[in-house]
Amino acid sequence: MTLALYVPRRSAVHRVPAGGKLLALAALAVLLFVVPTLPVVGAALLAVLAVGLGAARLPAAALARQARTVRWWLAGLFVFHALFSDLPTAAVTVLRLLTLVLAAAVVTATTRVTEMVAVIERLCAPLRVVGVRPARIGLVISMALRFIPVLAERADRIREAQAARGGSARGIRGLRTTVTPLLVQLLQMAHTVSEALDARGADDVPPARGRRSPAPAA
Amino acid sequence: MKTRDLAHIALFAAIIAVLGTLPAVNIGPVPITAQTLGVMLAGSVLGARRGFLAVLLFLVLVAIGLPLLASGTGGLTVFAGPTAGYLFSWPVAAAVTGWLTERLWARYNVAWGVLCNVVGGMVVIYLIGVPVLAAVANLSLGEAIVSGALPFLPGDAVKAFIAAAIAAQVRRSYPVIERPQRAVAAR
Repeated sequence: MTLALYVPRRSAVHRVPAGGKLLALAALAVLLFVVPTLPVVGAALLAVLAVGLGAARLPAAALARQARTVRWWLAGLFVFHALFSDLPTAAVTVLRLLTLVLAAAVVTATTRVTEMVAVIERLCAPLRVVGVRPARIGLVISMALRFIPVLAERADRIREAQAARGGSARGIRGLRTTVTPLLVQLLQMAHTVSEALDARGADDVPPARGRRSPAPAA
Repeated sequence: MKTRDLAHIALFAAIIAVLGTLPAVNIGPVPITAQTLGVMLAGSVLGARRGFLAVLLFLVLVAIGLPLLASGTGGLTVFAGPTAGYLFSWPVAAAVTGWLTERLWARYNVAWGVLCNVVGGMVVIYLIGVPVLAAVANLSLGEAIVSGALPFLPGDAVKAFIAAAIAAQVRRSYPVIERPQRAVAAR
């Protein structure tokens, strides 16, 4: 199971801090919705392509793959606006969405998942005031990343077991005999993982301000 | 929040991700996926708070660049697209489903579960998703309803029932939502 849409390259774009890239993306989105004219949108599209294909040296396929997921949608939107509004409106609406999709794809392809997690932890730092510990957010993200392949494997195993018995448990019976027991097993597995983490001191992170301090070790 | 709660939150984020590997039906701009089943389940098994956080965590994983949506997409791209409203509605949907489930916890069964899932997992999602679809795509509200809500009614109804059936069984064998203290005191 390949995870991550990151494309490793040595480029200036890759080296820009994740926070900076996210800010630039947000600024672009605001710009395109405040000034929706053809020259502005066209220039933005060219700039995004220049940064993605030129500066970041991403393969065109990486961007095309992301754009492909919205192609029918964009085509339909263009036809709709060409028929009911006018051609310039159709072009601006479609190009604006395409530009944002590609810009987001460039940010995603040039930024490692770990860097994004670090940005999230940093963004969550102010939440300390309300008792949220940023380190716990990193922990929960890591746990989910670890659970995804585990779950995919268990689901595959059940599918194989059912195929080996010459059929699949479908319908309500399937729910009662397969899905629910699996879910209960998974909830128990998650509980076990959390106990293991606590036993290794996951719960001993310094408490947020105003909370009681942990009991001193005996 | 205990580590156990974090593990359950991570588990349901992963469940929603894995449900995305089931084939999606593409009709028009918004695909029919099994992932909203995961959203309903998160609310009705974990309750409002943890259900909300589980779905939020899933969206965070998508946003940081994992291709976990049913269409095999991910990254920030999807939050700028026409279906962004549906994605943003998911955590709210899980929260509302969970809130209702907690209120009805003492007498929860499949029928009450379907009610919770329909209000939380369908009404809330359409209420947020359809206007955003209309705004992003310059559609009128009526057109957005035709392409962004009506095609999903049958599938979503089935999902609401499946999620309720599973949640009712899980409640009997491994309840995660505790009975609200006030309800106990009132007896």
